[in-house]
Amino acid sequence: MGANVTTEDQVEPKRRWQDVDLRAVAPFVALALLLLLGAMVNSNFISLNNLANVATRSAFIALIAVGATFVISSGDLDLSVGSMVAFVASLMILFMNSNAIADPGMMIAAAMLLALIVGALCGLANGLITTVGKIEPFIATLGTMGIYRGLTTWLSQGGAITLQSAEQQDLYRPAYFGVILGVPVPIIVVLAVTSVAAFVLYRMRYGRHVVAVGSNPNVARYSGIKVDRVRTTAFVIQGVCVAIAVMLYVPRLGSTSATTGILWELQAITAVVIGGTALKGGASRVWGTICGAFILELVGNIMLLSNFISEYLIGAIQGAIIIIAMLVQRSLVRKS
Amino acid sequence: MESEPKGSGDIVVSARDDVASATHEDSQIMPATRGDIVLSAQRISKSFNGVQVLFSVDFDLRRGEIHALMGENGAGKSTLVKVLSGFEQPTSGEIFLDGKPVKLPPNGAAEALGIVVIHQEFNLAEHLTVTESLFLGREVAHFGLLDRKFMRRETRRVLDMLGSHISETAVIGSLTVADKQMVEIAKAISRDARIVFMDEPTAVLSRGETEALFKQVRKLRDLGTSFVFVSHKLDEVTELSDRVTVLRDGQWVKTAPTAMLDGESIAQLMVGRELSSLYPQKSEPNVDETRVLSVVGLNTAHVRDAHFDLRKGEILGFSGMIGSGRTELMEAIAGLYPRVSGEVRIGNALMPAGDIQATAAAGLAYMTKDRKSKGLLLGSDMTSNLTLQSLDQHGRWGYLSPASERKALARARRRFDIRVRDASVVAGRMSGGNQQKLLLAKVMEITPKILIIDEPTRGIDVGTKQQIYHFIAALAREGCSVIVVSSEMPEIIGLCTRIVVMRAGRIVGVLEGDEINEQEIMRYSAGLKQKAVA
Repeated sequence: MGANVTTEDQVEPKRRWQDVDLRAVAPFVALALLLLLGAMVNSNFISLNNLANVATRSAFIALIAVGATFVISSGDLDLSVGSMVAFVASLMILFMNSNAIADPGMMIAAAMLLALIVGALCGLANGLITTVGKIEPFIATLGTMGIYRGLTTWLSQGGAITLQSAEQQDLYRPAYFGVILGVPVPIIVVLAVTSVAAFVLYRMRYGRHVVAVGSNPNVARYSGIKVDRVRTTAFVIQGVCVAIAVMLYVPRLGSTSATTGILWELQAITAVVIGGTALKGGASRVWGTICGAFILELVGNIMLLSNFISEYLIGAIQGAIIIIAMLVQRSLVRKS
Repeated sequence: MESEPKGSGDIVVSARDDVASATHEDSQIMPATRGDIVLSAQRISKSFNGVQVLFSVDFDLRRGEIHALMGENGAGKSTLVKVLSGFEQPTSGEIFLDGKPVKLPPNGAAEALGIVVIHQEFNLAEHLTVTESLFLGREVAHFGLLDRKFMRRETRRVLDMLGSHISETAVIGSLTVADKQMVEIAKAISRDARIVFMDEPTAVLSRGETEALFKQVRKLRDLGTSFVFVSHKLDEVTELSDRVTVLRDGQWVKTAPTAMLDGESIAQLMVGRELSSLYPQKSEPNVDETRVLSVVGLNTAHVRDAHFDLRKGEILGFSGMIGSGRTELMEAIAGLYPRVSGEVRIGNALMPAGDIQATAAAGLAYMTKDRKSKGLLLGSDMTSNLTLQSLDQHGRWGYLSPASERKALARARRRFDIRVRDASVVAGRMSGGNQQKLLLAKVMEITPKILIIDEPTRGIDVGTKQQIYHFIAALAREGCSVIVVSSEMPEIIGLCTRIVVMRAGRIVGVLEGDEINEQEIMRYSAGLKQKAVA
């Protein structure tokens, strides 16, 4: 009764514009404030060029975080995404180096398909271990995090795996560095993937199931929803999103190593939380997630452009942001 | 029962102005027969987000009395209890403790003043033992070392006093709901409360447990403890309380000695209209009506060898004590609980075990009794809840059509009379009655041929109960078959043409026609009588 949420005598209050989803708006307000702050710090900051650069660099985390939005909304957590990036990228480059297909264009297409399949299988493994194995997602993905990382280190023999064919490299480069109608390709990819994700989450049966499973698995089960299947699918979607991020990552450097993607899981989860998705599951805000990923990169950019904070503090600042985001989220919940 | 010299036997509901003047008159003239007034509230008003829930309500509680607080859902009972126990501060009005004006400290700190609330939703940590729960926050220790032996002994003493068999070392999570309620009560008693608020304490208790509780409450009353008792069960109120206060729509309607009222008149005060027929006319299905559901030799972890049939258009009741296995049997039939052996047939089709999708597709819907943790997504709006089980109807290829869902919601709100101020309100903020109607609407969205309703009216007001009863009867007339599982005997007797009684996991009797009465059901469920069931 103390929480006064569900007592019978509670009269349903009229919903006014003030309490319409403050949590959904909050990340965009934060973004506006950051842009203002950045503009004050350095005049170059607010230039379209700089912002497009920042957005392009945030693409990897944004794509992974879109997948993480599914996993977190369904009440789980995936810590293995950073290692998965390294693992999928290694296999992709090794495959391209094998020259199994003569035509470089076909080779790249096949490699991309391989990345998608490997990503989906990695996600499926995470999903099955948590649902069929009934292991806490935190522990299950902590385990696979070690496995994917270890496999990458073994594949690369502790060093780097580099794309060898110059022809392939040249052909694949525009996937990251290209520009279509003035917009960098990674930004287009992020917007496209997020639009699809938003459609799935808000306009499709599966999205409704994700939210139901995340907010109360019992209610979902009693409503005839296959809870384990929904959770596993979310992990697979996460794996596919990681694979898409890898498709952009490989043309950027043409190389990967055992240290690729370290701490990316932290950034992806931070982006999701900043975006307003509840860590306990039940509310998914995929556009907020994109905003969160952008905010993370912006903060780094502002620190770089300003002279008064060392950019070596970026990890600490990002850590602080996740805590602040949680505090803000909670205070907004109380008010509404 | 005490008697009041002030003539207040008239049960005519006065208009608001008369009500206000009557209150003050009452509180001045009524002599304290058993004790002085320990707690009183004058002209309490309370608003939430600009919505007024209490309108200048007066209330007083005497030493050593049991004061029942009655009203429909949304009448303001729980809010008044919160205000009187410090969990909410009144928007206006004053509270007096022992005649002196007080501002009650918030968040349960009023416990220090001897004011204790036994919550409707339990406030127990699942991992603690009973003893640890009782002494939570006031552990007995010497030099930082817990005196566990003393605390265990003390807990045992309180539990024995309550006539409870619960072990003092049991972990809360392992207890039944009824036992948890007992622990809550023991907790209140062990804190030397002078004023105890009980919000629907018997909702989850069996008849025997309720009686044990009442015995204890009476004993404590005679020792000078005052109780405020919120309940929907009229018979319990008339049995237990000394005085009754009725609220309606946030307004004080009447305070009178219970002896001067009967159940019917209280019910009338609550709804403000004649309760002509709480239960609809029964209509018995033909004997040769087709069988739509047959259960043969079903075993689960607890249920043993269950056999029964359900005919088209029949309302079949399932009675029994809490823990007799009714819910487990129903969930096993619906495919929500694992079966050990046995057959379930819908029509002629054999249902696979543990497959709720298959039973739902065959036309069977199960409505859980646990609407808050298994029925509704409390953080989601009405639409998401309504269509959750039937999303396939609202689009193809996994796509959902918002227009189709909106139409479904409008239809359901009309059909089930779901009254909310704003359609976008989340389920958790709706009143219990509206939640129950929404849950019923949700399971009806799959247009079942067989509907199993577990505790159709738990914790909801008389008006909504009546609506649900009439809905069930109408469904049966249309040819749908309904199974009603209920712990409320009047309900099951009033609705069903055939009643199955369960005891300790077994079906011990099937009653029809003249056999259907409380005594007979009680004999079976208490194990005094048993007959072979075909």
